[in-house]
Amino acid sequence: MSESLHSLAALKRHIASLDRAPASQPCARFASGHDGLDAALGGGLARGRLHELFGESADEAAAAGLSLLWSRQASGDAPLLWLRTVAAGKAGGHPYGPGLAALGIDPDRLLLGIMPDDSMLLRAAVDALRCPALGALLIELRGRAPLLDLTASRRLALAAEGSGVTALILRIDAEPVPSAAETRWRVAAAPSAPLPGNAPGQTSFALTLLRRRAGPDGQAWRLMWDREKGIFGDVGDERHHAEQRSGDDGAALSGAQLPLPADRPAADHAARSLGGWK
Amino acid sequence: MRLAAVNADGLTIGLTPGMTLADARAREPDLRVFDADPHADQDWLERLCDGCARYTPNAAPDGADGLMLDISGCGHLWGGEEALAAEAAARLERHGLRVRHAIAGSPEAAHALARFPVPPAPDEDAAVRRLPVEALGLEGESAVALRRAGLRTVGDLAARPAAALAARFGEEAVDALHALLGLGHRPLRPRRPRPAVRIDRRFAEPLGSTAYALKILEEMAAEAGERLAERGEGGRRFEAVFFRSDGLAFPLRVETSLPMRDAPAILRLMRERIDALSDPIDPGFGFDMLRLTVPQAEKLAPTQLALEGGEARREDSVAALVDRLSIRAGRARIQRLEPRDSHIPEQAQLALPAVESRAPENWPKNGPSNREAESEPGDPPMRPLHLFDPPQPIEVVAEVPDGPPHRFRWRRTLHDIIRYEGPERIAPEWWKAKDGATEGESAGRTRDYYRVEDARGRRYWIFRHGLYGAEAEHPGWYIHGLFA
Repeated sequence: MSESLHSLAALKRHIASLDRAPASQPCARFASGHDGLDAALGGGLARGRLHELFGESADEAAAAGLSLLWSRQASGDAPLLWLRTVAAGKAGGHPYGPGLAALGIDPDRLLLGIMPDDSMLLRAAVDALRCPALGALLIELRGRAPLLDLTASRRLALAAEGSGVTALILRIDAEPVPSAAETRWRVAAAPSAPLPGNAPGQTSFALTLLRRRAGPDGQAWRLMWDREKGIFGDVGDERHHAEQRSGDDGAALSGAQLPLPADRPAADHAARSLGGWK
Repeated sequence: MRLAAVNADGLTIGLTPGMTLADARAREPDLRVFDADPHADQDWLERLCDGCARYTPNAAPDGADGLMLDISGCGHLWGGEEALAAEAAARLERHGLRVRHAIAGSPEAAHALARFPVPPAPDEDAAVRRLPVEALGLEGESAVALRRAGLRTVGDLAARPAAALAARFGEEAVDALHALLGLGHRPLRPRRPRPAVRIDRRFAEPLGSTAYALKILEEMAAEAGERLAERGEGGRRFEAVFFRSDGLAFPLRVETSLPMRDAPAILRLMRERIDALSDPIDPGFGFDMLRLTVPQAEKLAPTQLALEGGEARREDSVAALVDRLSIRAGRARIQRLEPRDSHIPEQAQLALPAVESRAPENWPKNGPSNREAESEPGDPPMRPLHLFDPPQPIEVVAEVPDGPPHRFRWRRTLHDIIRYEGPERIAPEWWKAKDGATEGESAGRTRDYYRVEDARGRRYWIFRHGLYGAEAEHPGWYIHGLFA
């Protein structure tokens, strides 16, 4: 018995030595730009790790926007590389320089890699992650992407740890599967705080922490991007409640203050005249 | 519409280039016409020019319809200059071309003699003197004026004092005359520029293994690097050719985004290129010659060793990554966005290969680039993150026909608009319209853009294509972009 205990301890030591050394020691972090979120994560998102962001295809631009903003936070002045496939451009539109600049991401620092398929994209991603001069890498994959299995994501994670380049994996229309990612998020667009005249306001996101290595998860945030200060603020509370009242079906008129059915032209008119003219 | 070119049958029934299509059709109702494509013609001419490298290394396209070959010292290989010309003409005629050729002491004389047939003359000088004055290629009315003055041939002109000619018809007339007579010398600009560096290695015994050939290539790259360093240059493109003993040749081309002369790095790119080949390089009976050329070189200051490591070489390292990915995936796949000066949204940017473009400060800093939208600090983005090109059609319900949208259907999903801003009116580029039309279809349509948000907080950029009634009966709606 004692002999087996002894060998068990030796085995444990051996396994511990095989395990990645950085997992036990605290790693460098970068600020996500939101105080509450950084506090919950213990100082920000981990640098040189994988972070997965899931989004529906309808929320694609929001998910891409948040991952680009986080890449910007991670990269400082260094260039960042956005790898996507040809199919992504056809389905969801092409990255637009003036829009990137308007969001606060310098298009001069952005390199785009438009790859023919997922396998080429993942090969390029591993290569890019081995280049320490890169600020951050954004990998966009659509659909189930069976090629990004546990092995592939582990390979990416090792490359990222080796070089210290943060990798953000943007998964559009995908279900979470086991992976080597440090954190996993679900991102959606959130109703913005309206400007005068009921115009759409600042870029807002609804964010849920689905999973986190070594830490509690499940928290949700609503972030509002402030380009001037380069930080995220909170979406105002009253907007939050209004959105909850409108429900998830998306068809109800959340702006309506009158109990009129949504499909009557008079209801539309009333909603417009109340909500649109102040 | 006018005829740009006419074939031999067309000429016999009296058609000429420049004639209007209506006139031509009146003469010959069964006329077959094709759109003129000068770019394709130029490409074809350049390909023919490349093919003429078999006769001489100095070959250049001459205008839109000619090739100029410098055959000094090349004639004896083909049994004389006339035999070379006949062989070249026969080869080109096999492509279905009609070829006229002339051999002369200067490019201008050959150009004129091939285009203006003259009766047989005892020698080149006499032939040139018999050319009509149009052969000088003067601009405007000069040729007509010369004829009115009674000067019909080049010989007539050559007999006059040059000063009088220059006073009446300008210096260029005298220059053209001297060039035709072979007095001035204008060098030919061959299409294939001389490479900055060329290194050949010949082997007495053919090399049987590609690995060994690559090792030798590395030595050659080091030698090329030394030669480039002497001139303070680095190569932007490298081309290696593996000549096999049975006459086949395998070219390998790599391109870099920064000038470099580092042999191991060049070899890494070459290996990358070999890995990406669809059929591997087969040594067969062995390579008997290797050639390394650097067709394009740029200034590269001598490298300094970094004192504290890392930071100074960041640019290099990202450039190396771009090179590697561009070679593996294709040069157009790694891109950089560049701004264009246009207010039409889809024309405001250009995605260029990152290997090519490396001006790091292109986009306006500190704020939004959309000067048209006049966005103030604190405003949300006025331009979308993702842009659809082409825009995607949507069905829109609006309260009044030319009013703001109320709800829209896109990809079979109905979106209720609860917030909107607009319209932002973007007019077509009327200064580019054909025939100066400011109204109608050819002038393009005005777009009214709206920034909208639906009940779930998704923000879209949609526009109505055309003004109601004025530009279109029922203007369509399109979604042009997605905001984050």
